[in-house]
Amino acid sequence: MSGEWETVVGLEVHCELRTRTKLFCACPNVFGEEPNTNVCPVCLGLPGSLPVLNEEAVELAMRIGAALHAEVRPSSFYRKNYFYPDMPKDYQISQYDEPINVGGHLDLPDGSRVGIVRAHLEEDTGKTAHLGETGRIHAADYSLVDYNRSGVPLVEIVSEPDIRSAAQARAYAAELRAVLVATGASDGKMEEGSMRVDANVSVRRAGAELGTRCEIKNLNSLRSLARAVEHEAARQVALLEAGGVVVQETRHWDEQAGRTISMRSKEEAFDYRYFPEPDLVPLAPDEAWRQRAAAAVGRLPAERRRGLAGLVGEPTPAQVDQVQAVVDLGLDELVVAAVSAGAPATLALARAANELAADLEAALALDPGSFAALVVLEARGELTATQSKAVLAELVAAGGGDPVSIAAARGFESLSDEFLRDVVGQLIEANPGEWGRFCEGEDKLAGFFTGQVMKATGGKADGKAVAAELRRRRN
Amino acid sequence: MSAAAAAGAAAPSAAAIAAAVRSGERTAGGVLDASLAAIAAGDGEVHAFLHVASDAARADAEAVDAAVTAGRDPGPLAGVPVALKDNLCTRGVPTTCASKILDGWVPPYDATVVERLRAAGAVVVGKTNMDEFAMGSSTENSAVGPTRHPKDRTRVPGGSSGGSAAAVAAGFVPVGLGSDTGGSVRQPAALCGTVGLKPTYGVVSRYGLVAFASSLDQIGPMTTTVADAALVLEVIAGHDRRDSTSLAEPPPPAGRSLDRGVEGLRIGLCRELVDGTAPDVAARVREAVEALAAAGATVEEVSVPEMRYGLSAYYLIAPAEASSNLARYDGVRYGLRVDAPDVASMNTATRTAGFGPEVKRRIMLGTYALSAGYYDAYYGKAQRVRTLMIEAFARAYATVDVLVGATAPTTAFPLGERVDDPMAMYMSDVCTIPSNLAGHPAISVPFGSGADGLPVGVQVLAPALGEERMFQVAAAVERAAAERRGTAGAGEAGA
Amino acid sequence: MTTPAALGRDDVAHVAALARLALTDEELDRFTGQLARVIEHARDVAALDVADVVPTAHALPIRNVLRPDEPEPCLDRDTVLAQAPEVEDGRFKVPRIVGEAP
Repeated sequence: MSGEWETVVGLEVHCELRTRTKLFCACPNVFGEEPNTNVCPVCLGLPGSLPVLNEEAVELAMRIGAALHAEVRPSSFYRKNYFYPDMPKDYQISQYDEPINVGGHLDLPDGSRVGIVRAHLEEDTGKTAHLGETGRIHAADYSLVDYNRSGVPLVEIVSEPDIRSAAQARAYAAELRAVLVATGASDGKMEEGSMRVDANVSVRRAGAELGTRCEIKNLNSLRSLARAVEHEAARQVALLEAGGVVVQETRHWDEQAGRTISMRSKEEAFDYRYFPEPDLVPLAPDEAWRQRAAAAVGRLPAERRRGLAGLVGEPTPAQVDQVQAVVDLGLDELVVAAVSAGAPATLALARAANELAADLEAALALDPGSFAALVVLEARGELTATQSKAVLAELVAAGGGDPVSIAAARGFESLSDEFLRDVVGQLIEANPGEWGRFCEGEDKLAGFFTGQVMKATGGKADGKAVAAELRRRRN
Repeated sequence: MSAAAAAGAAAPSAAAIAAAVRSGERTAGGVLDASLAAIAAGDGEVHAFLHVASDAARADAEAVDAAVTAGRDPGPLAGVPVALKDNLCTRGVPTTCASKILDGWVPPYDATVVERLRAAGAVVVGKTNMDEFAMGSSTENSAVGPTRHPKDRTRVPGGSSGGSAAAVAAGFVPVGLGSDTGGSVRQPAALCGTVGLKPTYGVVSRYGLVAFASSLDQIGPMTTTVADAALVLEVIAGHDRRDSTSLAEPPPPAGRSLDRGVEGLRIGLCRELVDGTAPDVAARVREAVEALAAAGATVEEVSVPEMRYGLSAYYLIAPAEASSNLARYDGVRYGLRVDAPDVASMNTATRTAGFGPEVKRRIMLGTYALSAGYYDAYYGKAQRVRTLMIEAFARAYATVDVLVGATAPTTAFPLGERVDDPMAMYMSDVCTIPSNLAGHPAISVPFGSGADGLPVGVQVLAPALGEERMFQVAAAVERAAAERRGTAGAGEAGA
Repeated sequence: MTTPAALGRDDVAHVAALARLALTDEELDRFTGQLARVIEHARDVAALDVADVVPTAHALPIRNVLRPDEPEPCLDRDTVLAQAPEVEDGRFKVPRIVGEAP
């Protein structure tokens, strides 16, 4: 066998739905409450209790389906039977053979497309804390179970094994998160477990049949996902090159150790004995509801990126990154509003991408009119870049305002060309050595002179004008 | 005949008690006293009750009497003492399903039927014995010992709702609630000589009924008269937003249909529900049908051959669902725990000590029927047989209004006779299972007795939501039985 | 139509383990005999050719039973935990867990 090794990844993403109540009972769906306070007979699995399906969870699942270009189908719930203390009924209610969303795809910012197998509804489990010497599961002396999360609605989104690298896996998860947030189905908070990723990883020689895969659990950040895929693929390649074989198994990602660990030692032979959940009835949303759900999906990141890029015209690679950043931050509407108020697109994009991430919450509340007015001022040369950024910070802090009066209050007035020429001339005389080297081609000294000019003018000079003056004098 | 049985024969109906309490002629407290006294006198031998909730019952009765005094209507079951099968959840009152694994469990909530009974003025007297988790046909599978037949202490009362049936038959209470998954209300009703009803699936909410086989379970009343069964059904029926399988509309109330007679109705004597039953049982069923013909009904013999697959299909579907429903008894959240060093061993130790042999048999049978490689051959096939059964019933109901047959193949059998032979025990349900698989209503009405002098039940089956027609025929059977008692006297001839 | 093989001792041991039940050798023998008879009886159903028949999971044709997304009061935690065999720190305490959830 020859050829380069190729990594093949399929991802299973569990997304907690942003409903007010749980999937099958009316307990609140909230994170971070006191243990076992958001529980009732249903989500505790008490004898005699029965599940009733949450309408909003179905709505959000259908929105996810629409956003992923899936087909919404009549579906049913099944019981997946296995014993585990975080699962109060010792079965999980999930859609097995008949999921609500079938097929679809997700387009990534780099232009690649990842197929979607299915996106189905199921209930979350409770949370188990392992206590003892190390806090690790196998070394624990005992465990404590909290059922607040038990029954929280999940949509599990299963991708095709179309992903070919750790970076692409990360890009897929990031894009999916943005899509889930855009649909209103998820808050996207991976740190709170709102989105959890399992990765099926295998390797093969290019063009060969798919290799044996391992499933990696416990990937709680995009960084963990990328690292785990990287390490697992490397582990499998090393194993195969040493003449070994990959065993199909579940592996646990150890973030501290930076490696995957086999769970095989104590793994039982699982036989989930799926059968139709007799306590629930089939789900068949009518056409009107399906259309309402699809219409409720917000503009998706890919469409928003196209919209922003269209404003710029033909974006440079740096601008493509800015477009993605602005959409990821959710600031694209601000940019669009500024452009329609007369601001130049490239400058509005750059300022939004680079200056507004620090206090995103305030930036999202910023009045687009003020932002537009500021960008126009800067574009006209009435404010330098440095001045513009300072005014912008003040606008963000205040939620808006008049950039002209803020600039005036700070004493920001653009310097006359004549004054600037005088300042540059004085600095050349004071630093003849540096000037000589600059004239001989040591371009980086432009920065030295710009810095000196800024110092002399209290930051009021326009950097671009300084650079133009330096070039003029050298020539 | 025992004192308890004599009391049973004389006990007033629920309708009569409610009328007396509503009119102020009797108090709910007085009715309760009589009930508690009968239990105290007779239940030592019968063992119908697992738990007598005297204090809670007293509170219920006082509320009813207060309503009467204040001039408010306490409801159609005013002051009627009711016994609940111990798989119906009662807030603050132990609910054990006659299993060691739920020993000491006190539910934090009431079953919907319990709420509805109380709202109608009923007084919950206590919780009755049953086969563990409703798995059995004799009440011998109770972890706390069997219930004995009120008329013959050497015999079983049937099951699994044997405690409720015996409590009604012994005259302790006029109304018992049971659950019927494969005949667990109707079969013990037949053996004890009471009326027993399984409503259409979805008519009575299952919320708060500890699940055995969710797609088959249905709660139903056991009473001394058909009218009482109709009255109790009217109280407990109706949509419940907490049960997804609850129907939007209940069947129309029986009302005057009980007195309407059967003239012009088409009655099908169902061959599969007579053939194979004991000769004395078959003889009673034929006599009941003759009486219906004499009352003006058209009678024809009907065959529903698919019924012969019922027992097999049932003993695949019910255990399969049960194996999953009973997984939650794992020693983590409530009930029994047997300690062990790790959680899986603790689950196993708890379940091994907590479940009796019949429950273990059904869990293993169901696990097998669902397990990889066998699903299609067993569970999947059984679900398709259910479809065949429903289609076959539909063909039968194209030509007749109701079907009539035996409720159980024999009268009450001796304690211990079938306990070590699961297959023989399972055969006790052969006549009742088809209605559960189809989701249809059926009622057992006492009609004479067998060669041994013990009661025989005649079963009336109707299509889904056909309760009104079913009650109409059942009331006619009841009248015929009364006439027959008047003429035949005590000595019952065998076939 | 082929039917599966008769149920044997190994099958019973397997399903007992899946269902978290421990059986003695004597119980294993007895349960195998009893369950084999039930499965033997069920062979009439297993042998039926019903490939064209739609399975019935619910006897009644109900669909789309849904609940509005409105919170209702939860149970009191003390009431819930009072039923538990063992409790610590507001949570249900269990012995150590060997093996991950699947």
